[in-house]
Amino acid sequence: MSDTTAAAPETTLPETDAAPTAPAAGVGTTLLAWLDRFAPALAFAAALAVWEAATWVFAIPSFLLPAPSAIVAAGLATPAEVWLGHIWATLRVALMGYLLAIAVSVPLAVALASSRLLSRTLYPMLVVVQSTPIVAVAPIIVVTLGASDLPRVVITFLITFFPIVVSTVTGLLSTPEELIELSRSLRAGRSREILHIRLPYAVPHLVSALKISTTLAVIGAVVAEFVAAERGLGFFILFSTSFFKIPAAFAGLVVLVAISLALFRLVGLAQKMLVPWSLPKSER
Amino acid sequence: MQPPVISFKRLGQVFETAAGRAVTALDGVSFDIGRHEFVAVLGPSGCGKSTLLRLIAGLIAPTRGSVEIWGMPVTEPRDEIGIVFQRPTLLPWFDVLGNVTFPMRHKYGRVGEAERARARELLALVDLADFADKRIDELSGGMQQRVAIARALLLDPDILLMDEPFSALDALTRDEMSFELLRIWSERPKTVLFITHSIPEAVLLADRIVVMTPRPGRVREILDVPLPRPRSLATLTDPTFHALADHIRGTLFSRPAAA
Repeated sequence: MSDTTAAAPETTLPETDAAPTAPAAGVGTTLLAWLDRFAPALAFAAALAVWEAATWVFAIPSFLLPAPSAIVAAGLATPAEVWLGHIWATLRVALMGYLLAIAVSVPLAVALASSRLLSRTLYPMLVVVQSTPIVAVAPIIVVTLGASDLPRVVITFLITFFPIVVSTVTGLLSTPEELIELSRSLRAGRSREILHIRLPYAVPHLVSALKISTTLAVIGAVVAEFVAAERGLGFFILFSTSFFKIPAAFAGLVVLVAISLALFRLVGLAQKMLVPWSLPKSER
Repeated sequence: MQPPVISFKRLGQVFETAAGRAVTALDGVSFDIGRHEFVAVLGPSGCGKSTLLRLIAGLIAPTRGSVEIWGMPVTEPRDEIGIVFQRPTLLPWFDVLGNVTFPMRHKYGRVGEAERARARELLALVDLADFADKRIDELSGGMQQRVAIARALLLDPDILLMDEPFSALDALTRDEMSFELLRIWSERPKTVLFITHSIPEAVLLADRIVVMTPRPGRVREILDVPLPRPRSLATLTDPTFHALADHIRGTLFSRPAAA
């Protein structure tokens, strides 16, 4: 990091990690380093500012495109406990569907990777399920399974599980042939081959699928709420738009995005803590 | 002479390709390997060298003839065999020590203190004593292959099968590893079958060289290597070394018209 400050006496910030450039390099590089660090936040702030300005300058009505400030105001106008109620309803369904998908997908992937017959039999069916537009099936599922969390969890599950299955199968089959031969030469048995070699080898694939699936799980929960719900952020957005409370709907959207991002980060953190070896060296 | 450790008896191996065509990988291969003998199998790619290794390991069954270990036909993988592959294929989720003890964990489900001590001993043998706690991606290719050798030695096999173990390494590391292997072999005598397509490597390492022909793989010639042991850098300048290497080169590149 900041290894020597002797070359540039005017730099009186010996303890900061913020500017990892050599102090002797001058103001230009410091600025560049600062830009490199804050450019994403700056760009985001700039986009918001342009948006805000545009709504004022062109006098866009808030039911067409509310200004960011209006969205924040609408968000604050809704009481916190109402927010929490909706967030919890959506999060609960998303997480249950997500966990169910993991619980089903991983064993299913092991079965598909282990048996050619099984994979030839089941794969076409899985592709059909995956190819069915979930938004179109959702109302049918709600009618079939009744008005409870169950249909919502099932819808979330259906949209989430396929990427996990496909990635895990790819991972299980990407194991080097030599390791399988090593396993067989030790006569360790099929279950140990899967547990000790194939599954760990599938972890990097599994983790990337789990990351993608967090977003899908939130989508699934919201789609389910669009069809039938009396709580949840999807319901909140639908409800708000039906009363032309567009800033509130946008606020709901912002919360949804925040949930998706948080879940995504959470999986990333879990990967760092539980299976750091699956990350590239630079990200450990 | 002592009874052979490994003997191939008129071994033939026919594979079926995806298109349904039969391909003869090995045909009428017969030779013996004695106890603690170092035999190199040399041949161009497609001569069934690796098939030979997988047959001894009991990973595949021969189409014709048989492979015998201590006079018993090989029908399934056996405990007295350690394998080193072309690629190190270590497990990235274990550290170096965990990789060396992996055969124990994999075969018996747990690793005791005794095995860990033995693994450390083997790491010292392959000159990696200080690397037990290192991650796999912190090691160079040569170091990874040393770990793979230590892993193959963990269960103290009588027979060591090596499938072009140094062919993925750079030339300098490769020479270094050859001498390392000779040192390890002199400290832990094993019956070694070493598959290679490098003539100097075969001559430097082996007691005998089995030269194979490609498609179908047949034994073209079996050569004794009369070079004295222990072998060293001086061996590489020995006239016998060059004479033998030249002879093999001549054999491999002369294709009899009626073959």
